Amino acid sequence: MDMKTIYLLIPLAPLFGALVAGLFGWAISRRAAHCVTIAGVAVSFLLSAFVLKGIVLDGVEPFNGTVYTWLTVNGIEFNVGFLVDSLTAMMMCVVTFVSLMVHIYTIGYMEEDPGYNRFFSYISLFTFSMLMLVMANNFVQLFFGWEAVGLVSYLLIGFWFKRPTATFANLKAFLVNRVGDFGFLLGIGLVLAYFGTLDYAAVFAQAPALKDATVTLFPGATWSLLTVTCILLFIGAMGKSAQFPLHVWLPDSMEGPTPISALIHAATMVTAGIFMVSRMSPLFELSDTALNFVLVIGAITALFMGFLGIIQNDIKRVVAYSTLSQLGYMTVALGASAYSVAVFHLMTHAFFKALLFLGAGSVIMGMHHDQDIRNMGGLRKYMPITWITSLVGSLALIGTPFFSGFYSKDSIIEAVAESHLPGASFAYFAVVAGVFITAFYSFRMYFLVFHGKERWMAKDHHAHHEADAHDEDEHHHGLGPNDKPHESPWVVTLPLVLLAIPSVLIGYFAIEPMLYGKFFEGVIFFNHEAHPAMEMLKEEFHGPVAMALHSLQTPVLWLAIGGVVASYVFYMVAPAIPAAIDRFFTAIGVRKLLEEKYYMDHLYIDGFARFGRVLGTVFWKVGDVLMIDGLMVNGTAKVVGFFSKVTRRLQTGYIYHYAFAMILGALVLMTWWLGGVLVSQ
Amino acid sequence: MTGNLLSLTIWVPIVAGLVVLATGGDRNANAARWLAVLGALAGFLVSVPLYTGFDTLHGGIQFVESTPWISTFNINYALGVDGLSVLFVILNSFTTLMVVIAGWQVIQSRVAQYMAAFLIMSGLINGAFAATDAILFYVFFEAMLIPMYLIIGVWGGPNRIYASVKFFLYTLLGSLLTLVAFVYLYMQAGGSFVIADFQRLPLGMGAQAMLLIAFFFAFAVKVPMWPVHTWLPDAHVEAPTGGSMVLAAITLKLGAYGFLRFALPIAPDAAREYAWVFILFSLIAVVYIGLVALVQTDMKKLVAYSSISHMGFVTLGFFMFAGGTQLNPYAVEGAIVQMVSHGFVSAAMFFCIGVMYDRVHSRKIADYGGVANKMPIFAAFMMLFAMANSGLPGTSGFVGEFMVILGAVQVNFWYAFAAATTLIFGAGYTLWMYKRVIFGDVANDHVAELKDVNKREFLVLAVLAIAVLGMGLYPKPFTEVMHVSVNDLIWHVSQSKLQ
Repeated sequence: MDMKTIYLLIPLAPLFGALVAGLFGWAISRRAAHCVTIAGVAVSFLLSAFVLKGIVLDGVEPFNGTVYTWLTVNGIEFNVGFLVDSLTAMMMCVVTFVSLMVHIYTIGYMEEDPGYNRFFSYISLFTFSMLMLVMANNFVQLFFGWEAVGLVSYLLIGFWFKRPTATFANLKAFLVNRVGDFGFLLGIGLVLAYFGTLDYAAVFAQAPALKDATVTLFPGATWSLLTVTCILLFIGAMGKSAQFPLHVWLPDSMEGPTPISALIHAATMVTAGIFMVSRMSPLFELSDTALNFVLVIGAITALFMGFLGIIQNDIKRVVAYSTLSQLGYMTVALGASAYSVAVFHLMTHAFFKALLFLGAGSVIMGMHHDQDIRNMGGLRKYMPITWITSLVGSLALIGTPFFSGFYSKDSIIEAVAESHLPGASFAYFAVVAGVFITAFYSFRMYFLVFHGKERWMAKDHHAHHEADAHDEDEHHHGLGPNDKPHESPWVVTLPLVLLAIPSVLIGYFAIEPMLYGKFFEGVIFFNHEAHPAMEMLKEEFHGPVAMALHSLQTPVLWLAIGGVVASYVFYMVAPAIPAAIDRFFTAIGVRKLLEEKYYMDHLYIDGFARFGRVLGTVFWKVGDVLMIDGLMVNGTAKVVGFFSKVTRRLQTGYIYHYAFAMILGALVLMTWWLGGVLVSQ
Repeated sequence: MTGNLLSLTIWVPIVAGLVVLATGGDRNANAARWLAVLGALAGFLVSVPLYTGFDTLHGGIQFVESTPWISTFNINYALGVDGLSVLFVILNSFTTLMVVIAGWQVIQSRVAQYMAAFLIMSGLINGAFAATDAILFYVFFEAMLIPMYLIIGVWGGPNRIYASVKFFLYTLLGSLLTLVAFVYLYMQAGGSFVIADFQRLPLGMGAQAMLLIAFFFAFAVKVPMWPVHTWLPDAHVEAPTGGSMVLAAITLKLGAYGFLRFALPIAPDAAREYAWVFILFSLIAVVYIGLVALVQTDMKKLVAYSSISHMGFVTLGFFMFAGGTQLNPYAVEGAIVQMVSHGFVSAAMFFCIGVMYDRVHSRKIADYGGVANKMPIFAAFMMLFAMANSGLPGTSGFVGEFMVILGAVQVNFWYAFAAATTLIFGAGYTLWMYKRVIFGDVANDHVAELKDVNKREFLVLAVLAIAVLGMGLYPKPFTEVMHVSVNDLIWHVSQSKLQ
């Protein structure tokens, strides 16, 4: 089997599974549906691992080739083609591994759902789309994958399409993403207009020559072409990777079933923007303005989304805000020109965040679909595997030394410290403060769920029903006072264990080759002179053990420990303290600001969306009906009607009147005709 | 056989239509249906060799036929297609087949007449696309209105008389101005109605401007461009499903085709000079109509407005023929691709609405909700078409919009900026409608009684789905046939005709 066949097989295997489960889902059993999709993804994962091994160990050259020509215009080919290098291979492995875990997990999680086969079809289709995105060797296919993952995300958020909240959330997700794609598409348009091609390799090769090219978008204002292009492309990333202010769709996407929250809205799709910017590093490196924009947006997201995580009581939403905040960390790394660090954090985050989400899903199953952490507590006794794996995930998330998240997050913080961009000091503050906040909300959730009193026994069902809007749904019935939660079946716990292993280990083993070795050589570019962060980091790096030991002397680690201790004190020892703090913040209005998520939803829903509908109504009722139809069309008809009233008097009904008019007309026409002929001769 | 292939595409459906008409009353309705489907299939099959036999390397007019018709005025029965028109002959024959199948059980009164009207209209439309003589074009272009007028007037909704009269009057004004323009050009060309002669004719700026205005009224109404678009929502709302399908898929394309065949090449200097007017109108269509579509409460009106918005992309693309100093085929080819794609997608959308209308007898969005619970197969198909209508990559709807936006960036970034808002508005109005109609719990008793699509409906939906996906995943075969003709056209438009 030659390599091209393998590359083709990697995305096509999950597509085959998706088509079988989707088109013939009505005819085949549940077992057949999950077997065929899992087999497809497993094949894809094994081949991806084989490809990664080839690149890392055997030094296989990167592959860059065309599969077929999609379109030709103006002599330029738009191809579907693959670029398989170390970055792609790593992404392929992450995507297919997490996808495989999620496929297996779904057998347990969706067991009772009537849409079982449809769900497997969607998640396999997602895997195909995401693979096409990361394997693209050109902008067109990138955009294809980009929109295709958006489509599947839309379908999966609205999977339970009877719920009004779900169909609201999926429409919102699609439209907010479309705002990002709007910028992305214009960025692609500028690339084609100035580079004359959409192939990565050709575009990157020309980039240095166009460093000083400018565009004039407003008369008198000349901007650097690369700055404008990079910012437009990054707007696409802001939509997909949920960066402020296009982050609003991600918390609502939790309406989807938990497995897809893990796969799509934590581990893979939302990191597509990070991947894309890393892929475009040869362009972004040439524009400090664009990098600074990226840095500041990332810092805002990392800090302010973390705050929102503190006040959430829905277990999935806590994890969702933590995802937003971590995506902000990755974006900060991009802005600091530490692309490889961003990708490294992407990878470690994929494992421990998928783990946390799947753990949350397991808790939700144990709690009989009650998602409110205030009703949980003491679950470690009933769900030991979920407990341990969730603890591992949380420790990785907050950056405990030797855990994977430590290596990636600490590298981000150090890279920002070395950045000289104007926004770097704010970004440094954001990512350092974020460490405390992350530790605090992560362990707030951890303690409330797994430790302390078993609160579901005492909960006031009635009050809870009022508090939680989702309760109308049959999926949310929760535990009764005399029920006991049970550990989930092995199909659920096995993926947890398999994800916990890389959550602990992958950072230790991968940091040296990925950040300081040759893994990304020739794939990710950075300008050593202008952006020395990576060089500085490399000088300071003396192996993973030294890095972990060194961290003991840094304030970052103590901030994390502080966050854990604070959450323990607040939620386990003295619940009166957070209650008092809560009262204080309620009094000064901060609580409200956080509950309303900084009023961003109001801005979009009551602002832009309503304005669009009002404008549409005005255009329709005033423009079309009143002006065009009322004045122009029916007005014309009325004028014609008036004249016809007058001319009706000419219609006397006498034959000789008509005959006279006909003769007269014929004479006039003939004169005109002959006149024309005579003149032309 | 290939010598008069185009004649066959015109006369096979017309003769078939007459045969169907001869079956008479509704006692023979089944015979009429079967004859109609055979006729439409034959019409489609004779159009296929136009593609397979098309010489993509040398553009130009192909499959040429010419016989004197009215020799006194040098009017010829002259036919031929090039890369600009060949796809539409095929698309039209294809759509007719779909429409005949779509009307199978839905139409229960005057079946033979209904089927015959569509077949005859199909032949006439093919004639308009294939005519290389201006008068022949004019005759087909006008004659085609008669069956459409009847379809709306006889099988239409309660307000059909208002709609069909509005449709007729709107188009009539433009038609008369076209005739005047043709007679003027005939004089100038020294007694020739050959369209190619018109295109070669040197003309002053004043004359070109007048001709452009005349053509604008003729073709902009058909497209329809803002602000002469208000007949379309009314016509769609009143037309039967099949009428809407043909109207959206084909008739609008005839107007756009008129710009390519007449307005641009005959008055290139005026077209360059006044391109901004057309660009402005097109962008208004995209943005303004996109917003109007958002607030519609009637599904058919919503899709009708969405058609206008999508056709805005077509006219926008036409007038992006030059990007700075370079010729810019992206947008023109994108516009033609968009025309074909819109043929598939709008036909499919109107068919979907027809499927629901046949069951519930309402087009109001508010009368639906939770259709997916009762019609899952239908919901899946409509999801695909809604995504195509939103321009999702992988569907045909993406290709044209993408190319036009790429072309527009090269001309002026802000044109592209305004056009690209369709990514947001298009998805907004289409998916919001989809959400209210298809998603949710079963909304009322009517929805509760819904039955999923039958085999005939499944067939139409599946064929259209294959077309939409096929064109989206592999559009190259569609653009290959037009490269040479589009390059010839934009080169021609870039040359001054001023004396």
